[in-house]
Amino acid sequence: MRWGVVVFPGSNDDRDVLRVAGRVLGDDAVALWHKDRDLRGCDAVVLPGGFSYGDYLRCGAMAACSPIMDAVKRHAEQGGVVVGTCNGFQILCEAGLLPGALVANRSLKFICEIVNVRVETTDTALTYGCRTGEVLSLPIKHGEGCYVADEATLAALEERGQVVFRYADRSGRVTPETAPNGSLNGIAGVCNAGRNVVGLMPHPEHASERLVGCEDGLKLFRSVQAWVGRGARVPRREPSVVSGP
Amino acid sequence: MAGLRARVYVTPKRGILDPQGKAVQQGLHALGFVEVGDVRVGKYLEMRLKDVSRDAGAERVRAMCERLLANKVIEDYRVEVDEEAR
Repeated sequence: MRWGVVVFPGSNDDRDVLRVAGRVLGDDAVALWHKDRDLRGCDAVVLPGGFSYGDYLRCGAMAACSPIMDAVKRHAEQGGVVVGTCNGFQILCEAGLLPGALVANRSLKFICEIVNVRVETTDTALTYGCRTGEVLSLPIKHGEGCYVADEATLAALEERGQVVFRYADRSGRVTPETAPNGSLNGIAGVCNAGRNVVGLMPHPEHASERLVGCEDGLKLFRSVQAWVGRGARVPRREPSVVSGP
Repeated sequence: MAGLRARVYVTPKRGILDPQGKAVQQGLHALGFVEVGDVRVGKYLEMRLKDVSRDAGAERVRAMCERLLANKVIEDYRVEVDEEAR
């Protein structure tokens, strides 16, 4: 399969994603420039972490206006896989491709540590090869990762199983203390109604080789391979829980 | 047509956690401003508009808020538009 990684001015995890997709998985992986207008035939598009446009105005707000985002939206509408990690998750929320928003961590501190996240559903492009309830060890590094949404949106997300990851302890227990950033309902990642667009604050691309001490992230990359391999390009027609800016 | 000056105030929505406002409140308390209650930290934007009437200009600025300047999931906004002094 072919992966595309969008490079915005200020992205800094793009090389890691390209390395995992290209060198670890051995897939075709290309960098896409934010001014590009097409996705060059990519099956999956990754919006990487970083500080696109210096986090001006709001994290991800400027990147959401980039020329390439029209193509990313079309890809998502057609059921194509779109994954956003960290700043990429913020961009997907700002672009209205995912519901909710990410605001400053409750502690107001930038947090850089390894966390445990529990897989809440395996019916998404990013968790297709995981087990429900499986606990993954992944790094986070962000100042604005506190997930918020209004009550109705949050209830709809829970009801439709669109919460993909929650911060947990090693045994998979979720408590208010396990969310390092104060996210509502301990949410670390969500998906759209079609389950082909997934955003998460943790970084699977930094945890996909034994060299760096953890390979749990590779399960998420392999999930995308499996999801694309099954040919699921048709989005499920459900009312979308999306409330963009 | 005279130029316009628009002022946009963006503030965190009620009910949305504002840790910055909370920190500022605690700082003010520490300095002895004990009368300070709820503090919310927002943004202020100023822009000049040309070749547009005041009503149409205000409408355009509100559209800008909806599309980019505010994120309605977490923020409210208020717009003021005045004719610029010559």
